Amino acid sequence: MEENDSVFEKVREIVVPGEFLGKDMNNGPWTYRIGNEIYSMRLGIKSVRGKGVGVVPLAGKYIPKVGDLVIGIVSDITPNLWYIDINSFNPATLHVADVPWRVDFGFTGKYMNIGDSCLAKVKAVDETKIALLTMNDKGLKKLSRGEVVEISATKVPRLIGRGGSMINMIKEYTKCRILVGQNGRVWIEGDLENMAMAIQAIKLVEEKSHLIGLTEIVKDMLENAKRGE
Amino acid sequence: MGIKKEGIKLINEDGLRIDGRKPDELRPIKIEAGVLKRADGSAYIEWGKNKILVGVYGPRELHPRHLQDPTKAKVQCRYDMASFSVIDRKRPGPDRRSIEISKIIGEALENVIFTHQFPRTSIDIYIEVLEANAGTRCAGLTAASVALADAGIPMKDLIAAVSVGKVDGEIVLDLVKEEDNYGEADVPIGYVPRTGEVVLLQMDGDLSYEEFEKALNMGIEACKKIYEMQKDALKRKYVKVATEIVEEVE
Amino acid sequence: MTSEEIVSEIKRDYINRLAEVGRRIDGRAFNEYREIVVEKGVISTAEGSARVRIGGTEVVVGVKMDLGEPFPDTPNMGVLTTSAELGPLASPTFEAGPPDEKAIELARVTDRAIRESGAIDLQRLCIEEGNKVWVLFLDIYVLDYDGNMFDAAEYCALAALLNTTVPASRFDMGDDFKLEVERYPISMTFAKIENSIVVDPSLDEDNIADARLTVSIDEENRIRAMQKGLSGGFTVDEVKKIINTAMELAPKIRKKIVEA
Repeated sequence: MEENDSVFEKVREIVVPGEFLGKDMNNGPWTYRIGNEIYSMRLGIKSVRGKGVGVVPLAGKYIPKVGDLVIGIVSDITPNLWYIDINSFNPATLHVADVPWRVDFGFTGKYMNIGDSCLAKVKAVDETKIALLTMNDKGLKKLSRGEVVEISATKVPRLIGRGGSMINMIKEYTKCRILVGQNGRVWIEGDLENMAMAIQAIKLVEEKSHLIGLTEIVKDMLENAKRGE
Repeated sequence: MGIKKEGIKLINEDGLRIDGRKPDELRPIKIEAGVLKRADGSAYIEWGKNKILVGVYGPRELHPRHLQDPTKAKVQCRYDMASFSVIDRKRPGPDRRSIEISKIIGEALENVIFTHQFPRTSIDIYIEVLEANAGTRCAGLTAASVALADAGIPMKDLIAAVSVGKVDGEIVLDLVKEEDNYGEADVPIGYVPRTGEVVLLQMDGDLSYEEFEKALNMGIEACKKIYEMQKDALKRKYVKVATEIVEEVE
Repeated sequence: MTSEEIVSEIKRDYINRLAEVGRRIDGRAFNEYREIVVEKGVISTAEGSARVRIGGTEVVVGVKMDLGEPFPDTPNMGVLTTSAELGPLASPTFEAGPPDEKAIELARVTDRAIRESGAIDLQRLCIEEGNKVWVLFLDIYVLDYDGNMFDAAEYCALAALLNTTVPASRFDMGDDFKLEVERYPISMTFAKIENSIVVDPSLDEDNIADARLTVSIDEENRIRAMQKGLSGGFTVDEVKKIINTAMELAPKIRKKIVEA
């Protein structure tokens, strides 16, 4: 999964909906324009890049993008497709043609039933922002063991860290297998002790307030947890 | 407007009101963002003796499906007064008054939400009045705007709201219960500072055109102050998160 | 109206794996409560009120009183009426509308713990036998639902009663007086998850529980109300063990509510 820290370059300040961002600039993500003035649409961080100004949201649901890896939970099934909850506004759909199994009409539930989880990729997004998923790609699969932790989708870049530094550190310390969905769901599998440690670290990234060095704080937590074994 | 009991004076010789406020003075207001665990966004407001909690869910799939609008989100508001929020117990559940208030608050909020971003969904705003002392629709609308922003919903602006009225012949800001009951007029106003639009407006009582104009101006000036408190509530909650992000990047 | 949450099979499997080695998903012991926070007198328009949080679950209870007539079969007793609203702000699965079966069960289970323990001596709320009595409305509002609303509602109801002043002067019935609370019932809810039994189920545990048992214990260790819920069952030994655990846990929780 790609990190997009670059968006945070030259971070300035927190803005709320309606807040003035700049004049005679190009309007970036989550902004709107009145005349030549640009205003924020969402609660977030103001980010300036060259002549452009945008907002990096601090809250809100996942908005599907083509190519994103997501972790979904089956919320409903029909004879030829699955409805998948991806922590977005509307459930995504997964058609029998887009799975690695040959599914006879009416036998969707045999492969994945309500409550089952899967790692999938966003294949297309329609004009009403409903996502079409696929599981026909390398590494995509039904997830049958482990635990899925939810964090806000807006915090996924922080969990991944610069060049994957944060998530790699957590993997290294806990020896867990971890998959981060862009939709804010994180799958973890390992032995129970290590899983508990990984979950604690992920929640720390999401919740714990701190001022200096998130990576260091998570590292300390992991070191302490290791010693406590 | 109720019939005023003989001898009740709502403004004294010094021009002060029954709770000691000046005519254009707001009651103390405290707003907190992000107070509920389950809701997508939330806010709590204490405005004088009013205590109101707002939870926002959405955008989320709208049921039943035939109500979905393929072009935009449906904004649904439910304003509810707890049974114990008033001196004479109110029967739990909606009544004609709460249904009307829900409708006008929902319509006001729809004005500022970018509903076209989220076709086929609903954005649900639940306003629970835990304690009431006049001005609950304005306090509820003010808190609902904060809760919507807290849910990360794209909006043109926050709506600030306040009621203005006429008491003992004078135009006064932000009526308390006694002023609302025995005053001569009540004008709740919802205002969008960014666009200068009035998006909620009701009135009952008796005002001249000049009095109404004075009331409207007084209300809009107060809304600008309330707007600052709303922004402050949101930033207070997120300043920590932002610091973390800046930290990560640097 | 309420709907069901989708239960993730992975989560169910994970909770069961943990339970096999004596652990819970949030790190608690099987007989351990989440943090309980009690605040009394939070609503000045109510005769008595309280706010209780257990973990992320939050409930507010307000007591209102009015004059009314007694029921014909209890002419010398006041009237206690308990209601519960599962506010749609409390959970994505709660929908606006009149109380459904979940809300009614919550109101009735809370009512039983209060009424059957004799927490309130209803005879003291009689003003004129057969004619005029105090009617006490105990209204429960669930504001944030994160598992185990039964216990939160009961603690909140008890705390609100402990905070209640009978508004006699408002009805020209003499001076206001403190409502006497005679008994201090404490409800404790246990969930059965496969072969494990945990107290104070969190939301994840509540969602996958096979069976639920709420036991109310008074300050003399008497059992004053019970409610078994959900489609699973308990063995006789499990029921006995639950009651014994409840008797051990009750005093500490009671102290917290009384002293708040």
